[in-house]
Amino acid sequence: MTPQSNFMVLAPIQPERENELRRLLASMNDAPGRVNPNNALVPFAIFEMLHFARLLILDDKTSGDARVYGLPPRKFPLYLAFLGDMDGEEEGFLEDLARRASTGLRAIFSCCEGFTTDTDLVEWMKRHRSPSIANYVNCRGRTVRQVREEAALLHVLEAHLAANTHEFHGLPPREIHEKLGRFIDAEKSAGRLVLSDEEPAPLGWSIRKALHLIGVPLLVLLASPLLIVAAPFYLFFLRQQEKSDPELCPPVDQAYSDELALSEDHDVTNPFSAMGSLKPGLVRLLTTSGVLGTVNYAARHFVRAGRLGRIRTIHFARWVFLDDKKRMVFFSNYDGSVESYMDDFINKTGFGLNASFSNGIGYPRTNWLVMDGCADERKYKEFLRRHTLPTQVWYKAYPGLTAVDLERNTRIRLGLELASISEKEAREWVSLL
Amino acid sequence: MKTGELDYADVQGLVRYGYGRMKKARYELLRVKDLAAARAWLRTAKINSAVAMEPPPKTALQVAFTAPGLRKLGIHDDVIAGFSHEFRSGMAAESRARQLGDVKDNAPENWEWGGFGKEPHLVVMFFGEAECYSDFVEKSKGAAWHDAFELLSEPLRTTDLDGIEPFGFADGVSQPQIDWEQQQATTHAQFNYTNLAALGEFLLGYPNEYGKLTERPLLDSDDASKHLLNAVEVPRKKDLGRNGTYLVMRQLEQDVRKFWKYSYEQSGGDHDEAEKLAAALVGRTRDGEPLAAVSHQSIPGVEEKETHNQFTFDQDPAGGRCPFGAHIRRANPRNSDYPGPPSNLLKKLLIMIGFGPRGFRDDLMSSVRFHRILRRGREYGSGLKPEDALTGMGADTPRGIHFICLNANISRQFEFIQNAWMASSKFSGLSDESDPLVGTRQPIPGCPVTGNFTLQSDGGLRRRLTGMQQFVTLRGGAYFFLPSLRALRFIADAGVDRDVRPPS
Repeated sequence: MTPQSNFMVLAPIQPERENELRRLLASMNDAPGRVNPNNALVPFAIFEMLHFARLLILDDKTSGDARVYGLPPRKFPLYLAFLGDMDGEEEGFLEDLARRASTGLRAIFSCCEGFTTDTDLVEWMKRHRSPSIANYVNCRGRTVRQVREEAALLHVLEAHLAANTHEFHGLPPREIHEKLGRFIDAEKSAGRLVLSDEEPAPLGWSIRKALHLIGVPLLVLLASPLLIVAAPFYLFFLRQQEKSDPELCPPVDQAYSDELALSEDHDVTNPFSAMGSLKPGLVRLLTTSGVLGTVNYAARHFVRAGRLGRIRTIHFARWVFLDDKKRMVFFSNYDGSVESYMDDFINKTGFGLNASFSNGIGYPRTNWLVMDGCADERKYKEFLRRHTLPTQVWYKAYPGLTAVDLERNTRIRLGLELASISEKEAREWVSLL
Repeated sequence: MKTGELDYADVQGLVRYGYGRMKKARYELLRVKDLAAARAWLRTAKINSAVAMEPPPKTALQVAFTAPGLRKLGIHDDVIAGFSHEFRSGMAAESRARQLGDVKDNAPENWEWGGFGKEPHLVVMFFGEAECYSDFVEKSKGAAWHDAFELLSEPLRTTDLDGIEPFGFADGVSQPQIDWEQQQATTHAQFNYTNLAALGEFLLGYPNEYGKLTERPLLDSDDASKHLLNAVEVPRKKDLGRNGTYLVMRQLEQDVRKFWKYSYEQSGGDHDEAEKLAAALVGRTRDGEPLAAVSHQSIPGVEEKETHNQFTFDQDPAGGRCPFGAHIRRANPRNSDYPGPPSNLLKKLLIMIGFGPRGFRDDLMSSVRFHRILRRGREYGSGLKPEDALTGMGADTPRGIHFICLNANISRQFEFIQNAWMASSKFSGLSDESDPLVGTRQPIPGCPVTGNFTLQSDGGLRRRLTGMQQFVTLRGGAYFFLPSLRALRFIADAGVDRDVRPPS
């Protein structure tokens, strides 16, 4: 299994060069929301390991919200974030990036603080890494190559079925499966179709994963006496805060909402970037860390492929702390339009949403951390929209394919590779076509 | 939340009645010409309320406003800001059109009305029984009508096709039933499909399916707003939205010849097969009988006599009877909050954390109770029988539906259905196909084809149709606010002698 990993380079922008940077980023698109995959600055398409990538300016319009807690406004730098999700290890990928897109990356990063003509690009990117606190991958192990091969497989199958409809008409599912299996074998032998075998997982990665699997519960177990003693106090303070934390969900400015919409819905998948400040105090910091630690642990070891809770429309997602854990940013790549994305979350995984985002300033009031909150649909949608950032540049390696498409294609391939198949399995398999 | 008795006398009748007995109807899209005359007309217009009358009225007059219309009539921008985003920016906004699939031939720049520079300020709807209709229209308009308003385009006339839409299918068979008495709890998860929808889904100022109130303008109390009802959640505020709702209007022109020609071609010219195929595209026979099997369990909000609505798709998980992509299955998947009713708390928890049923098509769809609309549209143009559609008989004048629907939250109801279910080429795990009736078949990045249609087979290979053309073209559209009668009075008086004070 080839593991997926991710990177995020984060650097403060030189204030006087913000406009220049915005122009550079815009030059990577054919139109707002439509990247040129072969653009001159970072030709994403040549990186065959890359699933998704984005470049955006973290222009947080809500950083003044801390005033509702009587805190003085904090001045945060304006950051550029460059992030992506890919197959294989982060380090090698950054080196590859620096080697093959050096000129463009240098032009972009030269708008950031501390980047000069003789800066070592790889070393600089590594120094500006901003690791995630929680990370979700729709289907661990599914590489870009696999996605493309399986899409091609479907294409070949469809074309064959279209050209030979009568041959398959009325056949029982097992015979259809067998016939198509033979056809695909022939296509493969003739070199017209490639379905690569899975590569073994790198040893170091497997060891790290095993250590994480055991280590985290072990640490929790060791700390459990302390946790048990602290729990009542924690709950007391959490409840107190929950009851008094102010909500900040005013209707979003129409012009801002329109600006966001301009770059949305150009593909079946959309990028989502949202940012906000954490509620002050240790209780909220611990809650965030605990919840996201749990999400990360579950996502790494337990979640079923293709499902984040009940959500089947997210390809990759991650949560990142910024500015000494004062602020948090969330990124995802989701299928459908933003309205359905928000509804999906409220109705299907409201508890998870509340637990992770209610620690942000202004979130609709929760009850025992997981209840209510986003169930106040109107407030929640305004809250989320208000915290959403425009994503200036966004790349997806397989336009037109949803996470559910990818799952279907993988199911078709796996079913095809089964030597023997039961009647029931064959029926289900044929229904995927 | 206590919201008090509903005052039907304050609600425009269209919310409660389709006025089906009134066979004549027309919609006039208007722009305000003279403010004083327009206000005078609005103040004196005899708008029908939703109060049940005995005998029922023979005529009805209804009125609704766009955001530019409200602005024109002197409603302050700060008041308009209290309406929803989608209402304010309108149906024709570029990114909204993209979301709704209103592209290419359906793009707002090609509309006959509703596009840039062609937005109506208001729509006045006339309904009447044949013998008194013309007099009623004349009388309702009165002497000052032509001073007050100018027609944006030809009046949108309607035709009585006897409950059959132009393609030849029974129309308006399924409607949500409104929970007028607010008796159904909405805040708890629903494990079974219900056709009974919260009042707040169709009227502003009442709890919706989330048990919450939808956004709408709440005003300070002053001379202008004192007649409005108090807001439920902030009693010192006056509720401009209460007892009103949003009205979505889209003129859908139907190419009946193309539709039947396609169905015949795909059926090898066989008449019965073509009928069957057309029924599969719709999900019902032309008489309105659903292809899905009758459900033996009673469905809340479906009365016993409504046999054509006594079904869900639970018994058809493979799409063998009614294709997944059939029009009625896209428009209303008749599902509940959970895939397969969880029998106990543990199962529910497992589903919540992602360990529910693992079939490919399990739990793909949003729960339908948050996405219902009340349809109030009517047909226009002359009827054309399927036989005549093929032979070239009959008139070639435009025909279609003036689609009208009511909902309290345009983005969660109408737009969601249109975007995620109708226009989407990825509905229910499908690919390369959009709604067989209203889809535009336009390519989207990475999906060059959206003109397929799949007829699933229970236990065999599906049949896939290709090359479906566009059968329906959008000719115009707009979002309107259908005010309560109290709010109508406020609108008519707004801007007279004074500026309406913004909410503080």
